[in-house]
Amino acid sequence: MTAKDQAEVVLRLSNITKRFGSLTANDAVSFDLARGEVIALLGENGAGKTTLMNILFGQYTADEGSVEVLGRALPPGNPRAALDAGVGMVHQHFTLAGNLTVWENIVLGAQGLGGLSLRAGAVRARIRALSERFHLRVDPDAKVGKLTVGERQRVEILKALYRDARILILDEPTAVLTPQEADALFGTLREAVAAGLSLVFISHKLHEVMALADRVVVLRHGKLVAERAVTDTSREELAALMVGAEVTTPEFQMHAGGAPLLSLHAVHAPGLNGVTLDLCAGQITGLAGVSGNGQGALSDLISGLISPTSGEMTVTGQPVQTWSPRTAIGRGIARIPEDRHKTGTIADFDLTENAILETYATEFSRGGWMDWGRARAHTEALIATYDVRCPGPDTRIRLLSGGNMQKLILGRVLETGPMIILANQPVRGLDIGAVNYVHRRLDEARLGGAAVLLISEDLDEIMRLSDVIHVMSEGRLSPGFARGTKTPAELGQWMAGDGFDAVA
Amino acid sequence: MRLEPIANPTVLRRYGPPVTAIAATFLVAAILALIAGGDPFAVFGQIVKGAVGSKFALLETLNRATPLIFTGLAVAVAFRAKLWNIGAEAQLYAGAVMTAVLGTGMLGWPPALLLPTLAIAAMLAGALVLLIPAVLKVRLGVDEVVTTLLFNFIFLLFVSYLLEGPLKDPMGMGWPKSPRLIPEARLPRIVEGLRLHWGFALALIAAVAVWIVNTRTTLGYEMRAVGQNAEAARFAGIPVTRVILKTALLSGGLAALAGFSEVAGLTGALTLDLSPGYGYTGIVVAMLALLHPLGVVAAALFVAAIFVGADSMSRAVGVPTYLADIMLASALLFMVLAILLTKFRVRRD
Repeated sequence: MTAKDQAEVVLRLSNITKRFGSLTANDAVSFDLARGEVIALLGENGAGKTTLMNILFGQYTADEGSVEVLGRALPPGNPRAALDAGVGMVHQHFTLAGNLTVWENIVLGAQGLGGLSLRAGAVRARIRALSERFHLRVDPDAKVGKLTVGERQRVEILKALYRDARILILDEPTAVLTPQEADALFGTLREAVAAGLSLVFISHKLHEVMALADRVVVLRHGKLVAERAVTDTSREELAALMVGAEVTTPEFQMHAGGAPLLSLHAVHAPGLNGVTLDLCAGQITGLAGVSGNGQGALSDLISGLISPTSGEMTVTGQPVQTWSPRTAIGRGIARIPEDRHKTGTIADFDLTENAILETYATEFSRGGWMDWGRARAHTEALIATYDVRCPGPDTRIRLLSGGNMQKLILGRVLETGPMIILANQPVRGLDIGAVNYVHRRLDEARLGGAAVLLISEDLDEIMRLSDVIHVMSEGRLSPGFARGTKTPAELGQWMAGDGFDAVA
Repeated sequence: MRLEPIANPTVLRRYGPPVTAIAATFLVAAILALIAGGDPFAVFGQIVKGAVGSKFALLETLNRATPLIFTGLAVAVAFRAKLWNIGAEAQLYAGAVMTAVLGTGMLGWPPALLLPTLAIAAMLAGALVLLIPAVLKVRLGVDEVVTTLLFNFIFLLFVSYLLEGPLKDPMGMGWPKSPRLIPEARLPRIVEGLRLHWGFALALIAAVAVWIVNTRTTLGYEMRAVGQNAEAARFAGIPVTRVILKTALLSGGLAALAGFSEVAGLTGALTLDLSPGYGYTGIVVAMLALLHPLGVVAAALFVAAIFVGADSMSRAVGVPTYLADIMLASALLFMVLAILLTKFRVRRD
């Protein structure tokens, strides 16, 4: 800390407190960022990282505390002032206009529209210079809608640099990148730091934090619980600080597969390009890939939301003729949807009403009348078996945490003893306790002989649980690789689309 | 300014804003009454007196509330499932036309048989009228707000054609009205000598029936699921399209009962001015009731009381009856805002 004390402080957060109703999202958080320093803001989902950065960037107003940039207090709630002071933010979800070109996006909002056409040449030249200097290769005249996710992120960073950002805030920047793209991004960020920029980056991936940051600020339940120089800490310590307890990540044994329970042969559908896949009994099949490469379409297909346009689909040995969510459920497919808020549950329905969404017609209604007594008893049993923490079955599900919501969904789909389980991003946004719980349940189902398809953007998760790993890129599916036969870098190449042509 | 969802609203938060909305409605009306040269207390006093101050006034209010309960239920059922039925007016007239066609002598049955037949036939007609926009919505994605709204005008012109042509009363001295219903097709009065017909009782039964459908039946569960989150409903295997179509049938049928009840219970013949916009006022009624079927009864009585009361108030105090329309409009606006405030908290940012 002594060396940092002498360095110029470019950003100072003092005593930031932000409440949303009864929830305290940030509780008296203070830290300094020095010139040329990289701070990683580490914490679980819901720890208050994004809220804190939104306050810093002026999108929220803090209830208490102040933000100083280069010694001057920022007026609260004014993103324009933050921009002018030299703070740039790269959001987790990009804020680009797809129908405009790269350079148009970069100058959008940065200057008045009057002089735009006159100065287009100068703008382009400046963007070229910036991308050269920071190795952010991207064509200024390309339409943003046509760019890859990695390229779009570069545009976001360029946008900040174009506005003379001295402090760059990156919210989970690697969430949408392949391992290779993430490495390239880190290279760029190191150059930017060498050129005098200061960075705050938000992450919950420990290896990234150790690789890039100088200092780590750990948030838990809105409070700053620790500050460590990366040289003085370890991944284990950071993980423990993040969740507030020692964490043991369970190991999962590999299993040989039985007979295929769900098979796709050369299946085409919107978003799927000739997919051939076997989900075998007693195995977890992992599906890796950068988001938006057809995982959603494959998930929709198995869920029954879409049907194959060509190719064959066989479920437990029988070819699929008509296909809908109801037939999928009827054939014994358990489906854990990607978005538990939008597709998995109905927010203003209570737990009972949510628990019977898939089975109400067959189990809880007779002659058009609902049997609420039985439904409630069933839900109470689910709550107990799956350890859903809630006031009771009459609670509206929107009041539950993500983890408890997911446990109810797990209970809903696993209670029927399904032979095929589709788990699309089953642990996204959950805290570590809930993550381990979900993984354990999936592992139990595998031991019980179910065929599990695990779709995740987290390669670590895929490599820890799966017996067989497939990679998706642009709607195509790679061959299956047994766990341990491919390194993350090799899988990353498949994610980037290499290797498919050789197979085809 | 930002809206923040409230996780667990208190009792005050849930009922405070709607009550305030009603109070604000009266405040606006009071100011306007002052401007119109009336004493607000006298104005409200006369409205209350005109609405419930005598046996005659009270029965008039109940009679006026009857079609509003039906159209209010129709709108509440549809809106619950996010089917934006703005066409209760057309469905009302469909029921009225059916009643006039079958009830003017075509079927010479005794009342015990004829009246249920007329009611069911009217419901089928209204259901069919809403089924067309509903099918267009689920098959082609046509916005039902536009189609149901425009259908009102088409259907009213169709009724106008019927009354000038096939359904014209030969004894009507040229007036565009249908022949009178046969006595067997008339809804009797609930109590002999009191001017209140069985349509009102039917409306109350319909409200309770809708409430039971909503809370106890599989269809009610499906309709609520589709209305609150169609994507999750579809994912869970609920047949969303079929549920929307069933909702349309139910909603259209309920609105048509308003037409049946007006013709068979009150006017005894189909005319072009059968409904002074009951279909549209039903939207206000349903919103004021927060789409709750039993609330619809209360809201319909409230709205009917204001209209009936305003008539006699106008005669007594001289403030125009338009005050009733303004009260209704402001009640709706305040209530929409109030509903927002029961769910969200406004924060300055």
